[in-house]
Amino acid sequence: MNYALLVLAPPGSASRAALGFARAACARGHHLQRVFFLDRGVENGLGTAVAPQGERDLPAQWAELASEQGVELVLCVSSAIRRGLLDATEAKRHEKAAPTIAPGFTIGGLGLLVEASADCERLLTFGEGR
Amino acid sequence: MSTPTPRLLLVTRSAPYGASLARSALDTALAAAAFDRAPGLLFLGEGVLQLLPAQDAAASQTRNHGKVLDSLPLYDVSQLYVDATALTHYGLQAMALPAAAQLVDAAAIRALLEGCEQILSF
Repeated sequence: MNYALLVLAPPGSASRAALGFARAACARGHHLQRVFFLDRGVENGLGTAVAPQGERDLPAQWAELASEQGVELVLCVSSAIRRGLLDATEAKRHEKAAPTIAPGFTIGGLGLLVEASADCERLLTFGEGR
Repeated sequence: MSTPTPRLLLVTRSAPYGASLARSALDTALAAAAFDRAPGLLFLGEGVLQLLPAQDAAASQTRNHGKVLDSLPLYDVSQLYVDATALTHYGLQAMALPAAAQLVDAAAIRALLEGCEQILSF
């Protein structure tokens, strides 16, 4: 089955659950086309975050999955730039010192979420619990 | 219900200011509409506070959420569903709702969630 994920949750248990789901779906032979990170979810793609000792680097784990399985990791542009997550193009456009997104992630518009919702058989949201 | 169940339903469950999640839901609704997939919007629980009239966003230094809501019909986002139980919970039964809004009780919410093809929950 063709899957896409929407991640709204910042780094933490909900985003680790999204990563776990993504791995499990790929391991079962499903196709994961795209993971779209929106709102606080974009914080999962912050390349300058340093994982505390004893914790694994979440952006690196996403990137590993992306390169192994050909999954697109897209950070919503408006959510990303207001939180300081910039690729080389955005850093230059907004005259900031350097790009800050983690390797394996790209920045894109909400149209990529809409496209995934139209193309995929399943779109799962991972939000903050309440 | 007077209108057919939408194919894509966005469920928005947070208050308009303090966090950006409510705004992200509206941005997603507008993006979907721009791609000819105008979604329904279900204001659930705390999400009904987004519909409060005469919002003044000056103190929060953010854009006025009410004005974004007012613009939805221009983009064909006209299927708005409002959690009637939550309105009662907040004492807002008498509040004026957008023209397109439909009040939904628990049974109608279940039918709505069951009837649409896709749900994105914010």
